[in-house]
Amino acid sequence: MTEPNEAGVRAQARAWLAEHWDAERSLVAWRGMLADSGWGMPHWPEQWHGRGLAVALSQAVDEEFAQFGAVGVAKMGIRLLAGATLLEHGDDFHKERFLRRILTGEDTWCQLFSEPGSGSDLAGATTRADLDGDNWVVNGQKVWTTSAHHADYGLLLARTDWDAPKHQGLTYFVLNMRQPGVEVRQLRQMNGHASFNEVFLTDAKIERPYRVGAVGQGWRIAMTTLAHERRGADGLRGSARERLGEGRIYAEEAAETATLMEPYKWYPQRAGRVDLVLPRARETGRIADPAVRQAVARLLVLARSAEWTARRARADQELGRPQGPEGSLGKLAASHVARAAAHAHTLIAGADAMLAGDDGPLDGLIAEILVSVPATSIAGGTDEIQRNIIAERVLGLPREPRMDSGPFRDVPRNVGG
Amino acid sequence: MPATAFSFTDEQRQFRDVARRFLGDVSPPTAVREWMESASGFDPAVWDRLAKELGFCAIHVPEAYGGQGFSFVELGIALEEMGRALLCAPYFSSAVLATGAIQHGGSEAEKMALLPDLAAGTRRATLAFTEPSGGWDVEQVALTATPVGGGYRLDGEKRFVLDGCTADFIIAVARAPGSRGADGLSLCILPGDAKGIERRPLRSLDPTRKLAHLTFHGARAAPLGEPEGAAAPLKRALAEAAAALANEMVGGAQRMLDSAVDYAKLRMQFGRQIGSFQAIKHKCADMLLEVELAKSAAYRAAAAVAEDDTDAPALASLAKASASEAYLGAAAACIQIHGGIGFTWENDTHLWFKRAKASEALLGDAAYHRELMMRHMQ
Ligand SMILES: Cc1cc2nc3c(=O)[nH]c(=O)nc-3n(C[C@H](O)[C@H](O)[C@H](O)COP(=O)(O)OP(=O)(O)OC[C@H]3O[C@@H](n4cnc5c(N)ncnc54)[C@H](O)[C@@H]3O)c2cc1C
Ligand SMILES: Cc1cc2nc3c(=O)[nH]c(=O)nc-3n(C[C@H](O)[C@H](O)[C@H](O)COP(=O)(O)OP(=O)(O)OC[C@H]3O[C@@H](n4cnc5c(N)ncnc54)[C@H](O)[C@@H]3O)c2cc1C
Repeated sequence: MTEPNEAGVRAQARAWLAEHWDAERSLVAWRGMLADSGWGMPHWPEQWHGRGLAVALSQAVDEEFAQFGAVGVAKMGIRLLAGATLLEHGDDFHKERFLRRILTGEDTWCQLFSEPGSGSDLAGATTRADLDGDNWVVNGQKVWTTSAHHADYGLLLARTDWDAPKHQGLTYFVLNMRQPGVEVRQLRQMNGHASFNEVFLTDAKIERPYRVGAVGQGWRIAMTTLAHERRGADGLRGSARERLGEGRIYAEEAAETATLMEPYKWYPQRAGRVDLVLPRARETGRIADPAVRQAVARLLVLARSAEWTARRARADQELGRPQGPEGSLGKLAASHVARAAAHAHTLIAGADAMLAGDDGPLDGLIAEILVSVPATSIAGGTDEIQRNIIAERVLGLPREPRMDSGPFRDVPRNVGG
Repeated sequence: MPATAFSFTDEQRQFRDVARRFLGDVSPPTAVREWMESASGFDPAVWDRLAKELGFCAIHVPEAYGGQGFSFVELGIALEEMGRALLCAPYFSSAVLATGAIQHGGSEAEKMALLPDLAAGTRRATLAFTEPSGGWDVEQVALTATPVGGGYRLDGEKRFVLDGCTADFIIAVARAPGSRGADGLSLCILPGDAKGIERRPLRSLDPTRKLAHLTFHGARAAPLGEPEGAAAPLKRALAEAAAALANEMVGGAQRMLDSAVDYAKLRMQFGRQIGSFQAIKHKCADMLLEVELAKSAAYRAAAAVAEDDTDAPALASLAKASASEAYLGAAAACIQIHGGIGFTWENDTHLWFKRAKASEALLGDAAYHRELMMRHMQ
C-alpha cells in the first residue's frame, strides 16, 4: 500500500461523514462510531481508535470535520491528556477500560499533580500512596486541580518511596474521584471563575490495576502528560466553537460545553483572543491611532511568527527529521502572545478597559481577557521553568547546583508540605 | 499549507551547508576586520569565487537572463549564511537591490542586456534611492530627472547608497520636475564614474557595509523601464529587499546567540560557569525564542516572495520588523553576557552589533515596517 496522501485522506473523511453523519443521533453514540471507525483520532494507532495517520493528516481530517459541520470526539480538557498518557504508558487493561469512554466524553478527567508545597517542583510531591493488601491507600492534598469537581477520574502523581531520591520515589495512578476518601473544594480565581479546586485525599483507595507503569516510574510518565499539555497548549485553550447547527447532537454538545466543559469556558480568553484584535480595532475606529497600530502590529508579528515556528517544528517531525529547538518554544511564545494581545486590547478599549461585565466592551469579554491572561504564564509550567528547560535541554547550559539530592526524606521543603 | 512549506528540502539544506563552509573559510573575523578597514570594503578575489564558484549572484535570476533560476528561498539561505559570517561584499546592493529593480522595473530588452553581467558578478550595480531626508518611502525622492534627448539630466543628491563608490553602474530613482508623491518617478541608469556624479564615502557605524553620498550635477542617465512608471516596480523591489535583509539579519542573530551560549559555558565566576546563573540562562532562552520567531518570519517572507504571494509585501514587512528587534537584541545580549571583554574592540561581538544596528535602520526600522504591514492589512 502506498502512503496515504492528504487529498485522498480528505476525500475518504468526507465520504465517511456523508455516509454516517446524522445530526439526530445522540452525542455519545456518534462519538462511539468515531472511536470505532478511527475517524475521531486518526493519528492514534488502528488498534486503539485511530487510523495510524501522521499528525498533519489528522489535522486535515479535523478541517474536513469542521467544514462539514460534524461534531468530533471529546477533545477538550484534561481527558485528552489522560488519553495521550494512557495510550503511551497504559497497559491493555487501562486502554480498554478508559480510552473509548474518554473519546465519547462519558468520563471526565482531572490532573492531580500540583500540591500546596510543590508546583514548579512537581517532583517534590508529598501526597503518599501506600500499599495495603490489594489496594493503594492515598493521603495528602492536591491543589489547582482544574475540573476536579466534575471529574470521574484523576491522573495522580504520588510518593511511594521516601528513601529514594525525589524523582525516583514517585508512582503514577488513575484515581477514581467518586469515592468517600476524595473531597473537592472549588477555588475562586482572580477572573471570578471557579474552574480549579483543592482536592483532599484521606485514605482514598486505588485498586492495583489502576497503577500506571512501574512503581517508582511516575516521574517519567508525568513528563509525558506535561509534554502533551505544553505542546497541545493551544488545543486546551481553543474551545467554545460556535454551535454549528440544529439537531439533537448539537444540543447535546452545547449542553456538555455548558456543564462538564464549563471550567474551560474562559480558556480562549486566557490566550488573549488574538482573533478579536483587528476586528475590534476597526470597529472602534481606534485603528487610526498610531500607538494602537504599533501595538496591534507588534502582536500580529509575534502571533504569526509563533504560529509558523510551531509549523516548522511539526514539519520536521512529519518529515522524520531530528527536532530542532523550535518545538520547545511554543509555551513560552504563547505567554508573550497572550500578554501582547491583552496590551493591544487595552489600548483599543481606551477608558472602557476599566469596565467589566455588561458595562465593559463586548459584554465583559475584553475584561475577562485582561484578567485571565496572567494564567497563561503559570499553568502547565511557569515561564521561568520553561526558560530553565530551554536553556538546559536545548542550549545545553549547565544546570544549577542542586540542593535536593539524596533521599527525599532529607530534602528541605515547605513547612507542612 | 503542507509540511514542506515550513521546512527546507534536502537540496536546500545541502546548499546551506556548502554556503556555510565556504563563508566560514573566506570570511572568518580576521578577514572581516581586514576588509572592513579597506576603502572598497571587500576582497575582489572572494567576490570572484562567490560569483564564479558558487554562482551566488545568479541564484534567483531567471535562466533566460543568465541566472540559475532558483527561488527567493535559496537567495534567503545564501543571505542568512552571509549574515552569519558577516561577509564584507557588495552583494546586497548588486544582487538584491539593483537586480530586483531591474527585474521588476526593466523592459525585456533591458533585462537581457543588464542582468547577465550582474548574475555573473562581472559587473556590479547599486540602487540609489534614499536621500538626505532619510525616508524609505518612494514618495521622498527629490532627485530630478529632466528629459534631454532620449535620456535624462539628473540633479540632486542621494545618500545612504550601498556600495555607491564601487558600483560599476548606478540605478537612480528620480522624478520628473514638478511631479509629486508616487507620480513622475523613473528609474535612471548611468555608469558609476559618469561625468556629473560626485561620489563620497560616508563614515558608517557599520564598517562592514559601505555607504556613499552621491551628488548629481547634471549627470546624463539613460531611462530604465517605463518613464515615470517606477513607483510600483520599485515598491515591489523594496519589499523583496526587506524580505532578503530579514534573512541576512537572522543569520547574524543566530551567530550572536551561539557566541553568547558558548561563552556562558566557558566563563567561570563565583566558582560556577556563568551559564548556570538564571540571569544568564533566561537571557539565552529569551534570545533563542526571539531568534527562532524572527527566522520563522524571515523564511515565511522569502517563501511568499518565491510564490508570488499577494501577501508578500506584508510578510516582508513583518519579517523585517521581527528581524530588526531580534538581531539587535541578540547582539546586545551577547555583549552583556561577555561582560567587560564584550565592550572591547578586540572581541568580535561589536562587529555584528554594528551590523545589527545599521541593518535595523536600513530599508526602514521596525516601527516603520509595522506601520507598512498594518496598511497592507487594513
Ligand atoms: C489556571 C490554572 C490551572 C491549573 N490547572 C492545574 C491542574 O489541572 N492540575 C495541576 O496539577 N496543576 C494545575 N495548575 C497548577 C500549575 O501547574 C502551577 O501553578 C505551576 O506549575 C506553578 O506552581 P506553583 O503555583 O506552586 O508556583 P511555584 O512553583 O511556587 O512558583 C512561584 C514562582 O517561583 C518561580 N519559580 C519556581 N521554581 C523556580 C526555579 N527553579 N527557577 C526560577 N523560578 C522558579 C515560578 O516561576 C513562579 O514565578 C494550574 C494553574 C493555573 C494557574
Ligand atoms: C567601560 C568600562 C570601564 C571599566 N572600568 C573599570 C575600572 O576603572 N576599574 C575596574 O576595576 N574595572 C573596570 N571595568 C570592569 C567592570 O567592572 C567589569 O567588566 C564588570 O564588573 C564585569 O566583570 P567581567 O567583565 O569580568 O564579566 P563577568 O563577571 O565575567 O560577567 C560576564 C557576564 O556574567 C554575568 N554574571 C557574572 N556573575 C553573575 C552572577 N553571580 N549572577 C548573574 N550573572 C552573573 C555578568 O552580569 C555578565 O553578564 C570597566 C568595564 C567597562 C565596560
